[in-house]
Amino acid sequence: MSAVRIFVPIDAAALSVGAEAVAQVIASEAAARGLAVEIVRNGSRGMLWLEPMVEVESAEGRIAYGPVAAKDVAALFDAGFVSGGAHGLRLGKTEELDWMKRQQRLTFERVGVIDPLSIADYRAHGGFKGLEKALALTGGEIVEAVKASGLRGRGGAGFPTGIKWKTVHDAAATQKYIVCNADEGDSGTFADRMLFEGDPYLTIEGMTIAAIAVGATRGYIYLRSEYPHAHRTLQRAIVKAEAAGLIGASVMGSEHAFHLEVRLGAGAYICGEETSLLESLEGKRAIVRAKPPLPALQGLFAKPTVVNNVLSFAAVPWILDHGAQAYADYGMGRSRGTLPIQLGGNVRRGGLIELAFGITLREIIEDMGGGTLSGRPIRAVQVGGPLGAYLTAEQLDVQMDYEALASMRAMLGHGGIVVFDDSVDMARQARFAFEFCAKESCGKCTPCRIGATRGVEVMDRIMAGTEVPKNIAVLRDLSKLMTDASLCAMGGLTPMPVLSALNHFPEDFDRPPLPLAAE
Amino acid sequence: MAAYPAWDQDSARMIVAGLAHLEGATLPMLHALQDEFGYVDPQAVPLIAEALNLSRAEVHGAISFYHDFKTAPQPARIIKLCRAEACQALGCESVVDELARTHGIAVDDHHAGDAVVETVYCLGNCALGPSALVDGELIGRVDAARIAGLCQHGRAHS
Repeated sequence: MSAVRIFVPIDAAALSVGAEAVAQVIASEAAARGLAVEIVRNGSRGMLWLEPMVEVESAEGRIAYGPVAAKDVAALFDAGFVSGGAHGLRLGKTEELDWMKRQQRLTFERVGVIDPLSIADYRAHGGFKGLEKALALTGGEIVEAVKASGLRGRGGAGFPTGIKWKTVHDAAATQKYIVCNADEGDSGTFADRMLFEGDPYLTIEGMTIAAIAVGATRGYIYLRSEYPHAHRTLQRAIVKAEAAGLIGASVMGSEHAFHLEVRLGAGAYICGEETSLLESLEGKRAIVRAKPPLPALQGLFAKPTVVNNVLSFAAVPWILDHGAQAYADYGMGRSRGTLPIQLGGNVRRGGLIELAFGITLREIIEDMGGGTLSGRPIRAVQVGGPLGAYLTAEQLDVQMDYEALASMRAMLGHGGIVVFDDSVDMARQARFAFEFCAKESCGKCTPCRIGATRGVEVMDRIMAGTEVPKNIAVLRDLSKLMTDASLCAMGGLTPMPVLSALNHFPEDFDRPPLPLAAE
Repeated sequence: MAAYPAWDQDSARMIVAGLAHLEGATLPMLHALQDEFGYVDPQAVPLIAEALNLSRAEVHGAISFYHDFKTAPQPARIIKLCRAEACQALGCESVVDELARTHGIAVDDHHAGDAVVETVYCLGNCALGPSALVDGELIGRVDAARIAGLCQHGRAHS
């Protein structure tokens, strides 16, 4: 009898709730019972409330069990879970689970399915087909395909990826660079991390296609230091890809060279801003640059540079493999393709949901997420990270689309959704937005550097009930100034959460004066 | 549990030399030094400046810009507690309050002994918060008692 394949995620979120112990106990329990099992450490399927979610390969497909604790393992063996036996934790066939069936997974199609570091597994599931097709095209043709797909930058700004690539393609230079922005600092976002831990070759393939398209020979992945697991996986994947001749001196035997390195950030949120990231890669203080010059023309070491988000690069292999039109057929309006949505915070069923643009926030949070974890009513939802707006429970019928959210003074950002129940104090959230900006500002421009600190002070006065109407006027004035006069999105968008909190939840700002002896 | 050797200028010099060929080598050098010694001693500044043909001010500027780099030896155990929005929605601030009130542990107090609880913003575990990162391990659904236990563990083993 051949060994039964059992999948236990090695994704950091799964590890955070005990997946390592589960894997160890499964191995020892199988050995004790004389059962031949092969334990595959896969990525997470994204149903994070079910982690650690163990899958068993059977004739009818993969059967999921979860959430599995180490103490459940012996009973699972007793119930015959290695052949898909019945048990209280048996969820059914993974592919048939409602959460999976509702999705349109293009970028995340392999995450949780394959052994993340196995090149053979990656290839067996369609990997490197996009790159193979790209190698048969000219750079200009690749750029045209990306343009035609309608892909927009997934980091938050939503700039058309193909146009950025065209600029770098058309620039004449002895050296060009591909830089992957993996400084996924927005709270509520974890798609880049999951992708690196569950399918690292996909982003490598996307970056390699970009390199061939624009004529770049060097690439860097700038990864935040808060992701040690993703760092390990990426480093190993790059070594393996080089050894297999997929990247390095010759990309798959072609005349193209592409040398790729991972670089670690050092705990600075501002490095998610592309010019600050470039400064950091150059070894400097991560001070935001003025634009122009665009990084596409004068980027890393003043050379033409493609800077894209992880999810932008990761969308490209599918586009090259299946065709630009097939990708553009997903989505709505000017938001084409799919968006990996990350649902977190106070939510019953949180995780990764990849869907075509256009689904409403309510469907995501209520249907898929099942409402709050605490069971209390939803009061506020922050979309798009710490610089994104807070929406009310009444506003959740908005569609996930760049323009639809922008029209209500909100933003999609990197696709993170954070749910709060009715215990949230929105004045405190507004204060935090300023506090975060004050801590993380690079300090180059005054509106951000000073404005954030003044913002904390104004919020302290409002929260103490001191001359509230006057201080709210100051708050609005300060917010306008930061929006209009900041150099980058850090200072420019900090007022978005602040003003949305103020406008949608004014009752939280209308505080009585604190009694003098208050705690 | 991290146990670091004392700062050694010769091995620091070797670490720096080994990375000098990289483009924009400053951050890789600083990370490598901190991985080795647990912090970046100010004596590293002239080493890096010389290796990369930078001014000492440029190197010092880089060190002081980034939250990660510490310029003095750190407690043996560092517990990074996420206090960003997704973990706020799950009560990380109550964890901070309870740590202070019940366990006498002040977050971000680096002079408290063998363990420190440090604020970070987002560990990418936003559906299973509150989250903490301890000795490279991510912990989800963390509470004050667990954090306090990890601090105690730090004391027992150092």
